[in-house]
This record gives sequence, structure tokens and C-alpha cells, in this order.
Amino acid sequence: MQVLRGRVIHPGKACGQALVSSEPISLLGGIDAETGIVIDPRHPLSGQSVTGRVLVFPTGKGSTVGSYVLYQLKRKGLAPAAIINARCEPIVAVGAIISDIPVIDGIDITQIRCGDWVRIEEGGQIVVGG
Amino acid sequence: MGELQLSCTDQQFLAGERGEGARLAAQLVVALGSIYGARDLVPISSVQVAGVSYRNLGEAGLEFLQSWAEAGARVRVPSMLNPAGMDLLAWQEHGIPEAFARRQQAVIEAYKRLGVTVSCTCTPYLVGMRPRHGEHLAWSESSAVAFANSILGARTNREGGPSALAAAILGKTARYGLHLDEARRATHVIDVACPLDRPTDFGALGYLVGRMAGDGVPLLRLRAGPAALARLEDPAASRWLPHLKSLTAAVAASGAVGLCHIEGVTPETRERPDLIAPQATRLAIESLRPAYEALNGAEDYVDLVSVGCPHASLGELAQVARLLRGRRTRVELWITTARATLQEAQRHGLLEPILSAGARVMADTCLVVMPMAGRGFRVLATDSAKMAVYAPAHCGLTTRFGPLEACIEAAVTGRWQGTA
Repeated sequence: MQVLRGRVIHPGKACGQALVSSEPISLLGGIDAETGIVIDPRHPLSGQSVTGRVLVFPTGKGSTVGSYVLYQLKRKGLAPAAIINARCEPIVAVGAIISDIPVIDGIDITQIRCGDWVRIEEGGQIVVGG
Repeated sequence: MGELQLSCTDQQFLAGERGEGARLAAQLVVALGSIYGARDLVPISSVQVAGVSYRNLGEAGLEFLQSWAEAGARVRVPSMLNPAGMDLLAWQEHGIPEAFARRQQAVIEAYKRLGVTVSCTCTPYLVGMRPRHGEHLAWSESSAVAFANSILGARTNREGGPSALAAAILGKTARYGLHLDEARRATHVIDVACPLDRPTDFGALGYLVGRMAGDGVPLLRLRAGPAALARLEDPAASRWLPHLKSLTAAVAASGAVGLCHIEGVTPETRERPDLIAPQATRLAIESLRPAYEALNGAEDYVDLVSVGCPHASLGELAQVARLLRGRRTRVELWITTARATLQEAQRHGLLEPILSAGARVMADTCLVVMPMAGRGFRVLATDSAKMAVYAPAHCGLTTRFGPLEACIEAAVTGRWQGTA
């Protein structure tokens, strides 16, 4: 078990298995808002579902309309349980806030492996494994 | 939330004492301020909200707007919209599918409930929203942001749709980025050695500058003129408006530039001795040819011609009317403008020669956000470097880029006769 601490971008408690990308994610064109599946064929997570996972990636990129992709996922019950970033940028921040998805940033994301169980607690605390 | 200082009023908003809608908006603005290390929130005089076309918003975006309207959120400062996915009145004439039009109208209804003025344009500064030097704004549209910062000397970051709307509801935005003196210093000093003449030359220049500056703040020194440009009393009301509009639109499309200083034009270039940042990169532009080459495909025919990106001014509509008088277009010519500009053109009798020639004048909209798929167009001619940057990806079109006269000629003949 490992405890990491970061900055709260949007508060909330959550628990789920980590889905980790070493590459940035563009929400618009990167994740299908209808299915929650990563559709960008060049992305390392291509074909995987973000639903219910703790989505871990360095930072967001791409169009600001991408914020609405998170909102749509949440409305359809397909959203990730939480998001962990190395550095959060406005597209992800805005999307998470309007969708009420917990987001922590300022994390060394190499400490989290795909498939680890991750618990988001209050005050930006993250418990990995165990 | 870090170092961010909130006033008593800000805290009331955040605590939900001004209603749930206001609380949601405050939460968003405060989070962004915190991410960017803003020290406080700054009052803004106007807002321009992107995220209007149903093509980009989708059902999720529409639901979001409706949910904020439902929560009682209302804007507190004058707010306008970016172009929608269709002419809100004449969409049927322009072949917009009814199903799309209904959803687009629902988006507009949601914005109305939020208190936003239904003026859908990328040139709010031409239709009554004219910020003054030093005013803080929360604008979204990249070309309007670059125009407001660079030509008018106002201060705005390039806001995303929801963050601009949140700022409008709060009447404030987070003070970071281009709101601060420090971030407005020039990071790139670019000597422009080649002469500039037509608006397309300014667009071509903007394209090159955007590529060089990325998300920096360029300072342009126009060594070969035009001399008349420097020290204009009001550049936005001068005959140089189309030129400056083209330049600022292109620089924000090929790069992520929100502020491009032009020596003698941008108010700060006359006022700030410390304008250039200590580590600024020095560059030169000797020729516009690379831009004209990059923005032009090889096709010698066109099947669609676009004028009015950013939205055509009254002067530009007058010029189009002059060029089209007594002629007949062979291929589709779409001229996009703001509703208020269109109405003014109508009063001046400028629409008749344009419409008689078979061209379309569309208000409230833009090709880049219209539902263009399946319309069968392949080659677009445009006098806008910004449109030439966006049309391939957003509309699946190859482009020819050249002066207004060449574009009108292409509309009349269906052939592209050359760029220079």
C-alpha cells in the first residue's frame, strides 16, 4: 500500500481500478462520448473503456469542447470514477467540475500501475493498492 | 484553494448564497484561478461565449446549458455568443436539415434563459461590444480574443465555452495569463521585412507568425510598411480593419496566440518601455510566399467560395457588392457576417447586388461550425487565412487562398486564376 498526496481540483471520494496512460489524452476525438471507449487509434489506451476506472494520465490536450465529453459520459453513467493527472489543464478541470468527477493533480503518475486499486480520499490523498 | 484570495461576494457565490447556478459558476472560475495560480478574481466588462453550434456541443453540451439555466444561473455582464451552426432565421434556404435546426434552436433557447444576448458572431467588436483599452474581458473566440488584446488593448485569455459562461454569471474571471502585465510582454520580436498590401497579405503574415510564436506573445515590427498603419487614432474604425482582422484571426488559428503586438498599433507598444521580455527570441520574416504555398492546394477549380471569416464588416460587404454588381456566380458563394451587420447592409442597399448575383449572405454562422458533411463540396476558395487553416480538418475541403477579388472571380467562373 502506498499513499500519494496531490492537489484537489475537484473534491469527492472514489474507488476504482487504475487505467494508466503515459500519453496525454484529448477528450474530444479521444474518448467516445457514447460508449466511454478510447477511440483514438494512435493512443496507447485505444479500445479500452474508461467507465468506472480511475483514469490516470499526465495532462489533457485538444479542443475545449472536450469538457462536454466528460459531461456526456457522466450523464450516461459511463464516466471514470475519478481522474488523476500530473498536471491538470482547463479542459479536464472544467469537464470534471461540471460533471462532478473527483480530480487530483500534482501526482507522480509513474507510481500508479494499470490495474492497481486506487482510493481517492479527502484532502487530495490517494491510496494505491491494499 | 492555494493562494487565491476571494472577496466576501466571491465567497457568497461559492457558498451558494446567490443560488445554485451562481454556485456552479463560482466553483468553475475559482478552480481555474487556483490551477493557474491567480491571486484574485477580476471584474470583467463583457463576455463572448463559444460552444454555440450544436455540431460541436452535441446533446451533452445542450443538456449542460439547460441544467445551468434550470439551476437559475443568469449572466451579470453583457454577453454575446460565438457563431451558431446555421443562420438562425434563413436556415431552410441554406439547406440545413430540420432535425439539426431544432436542436440548434434549443441551444439558443438555453442561452436566452441564461440571459445571453443572441448575437452570434466572431466579431462582437463590430456590433456594439467594443471594449476599451485596459478593460478586462472573458472572451472565447480565438480571433476575437486576439483582436481585443492586440488591436483594442483590452485584456482577455482565450476562455473555453463553460468557463466564459461561468465568468459571465459571476461577472468576474480569474486574474491570470493575459490579464497580467507580465504575461503581456513580448516573447518573440519579429521583423517583417516584406511589404504588406491587401488583407490577405496580413492573413498570410499572421499564419507565419502563429507558426513561429506558438503560444507566445509576438511583437511585429512592420519594417516595409504600410506606414499609415502606425499611430492610427482608432485602428478598428479605420480602412485597415479588414487587414487587422485577417492578421489577428490567422495568428490565433495557426498558433495559440492570444496577443500579437503590432508596433504603433497595439496601445501597449506606445506605452510600455518594458514591453520586450528579457529572453525574447528575435526572428525575421522576409517573404509571405511560404504562407501562400502552405494554404493553397493545386486544384484549378473551386466549388465553394467563402468570404467573411472573421465575419464581414459593412465595408467588406460594400466591396463584395461592388465586385458582384451585374454579374452572376457559377458556384456557391457564401458570405458570413453578424446579424446586425447584415441588417445595416440591407439598409444601405448592399444586399441586392450580392443576392441578385446568386450569392448567399448568412448571418449568425460560420462554415467551420455548420453541418457540412455530405454537401458534396471539395475545393473551397477563401480570402481568409484562418478559414484556409481550418477548412481541411473541420469541413474536409481542400483550399485556395487569395485576395477577395480572386475569390469573387472564382465564384463567377468556377476557376481559380491565381493567388498573387
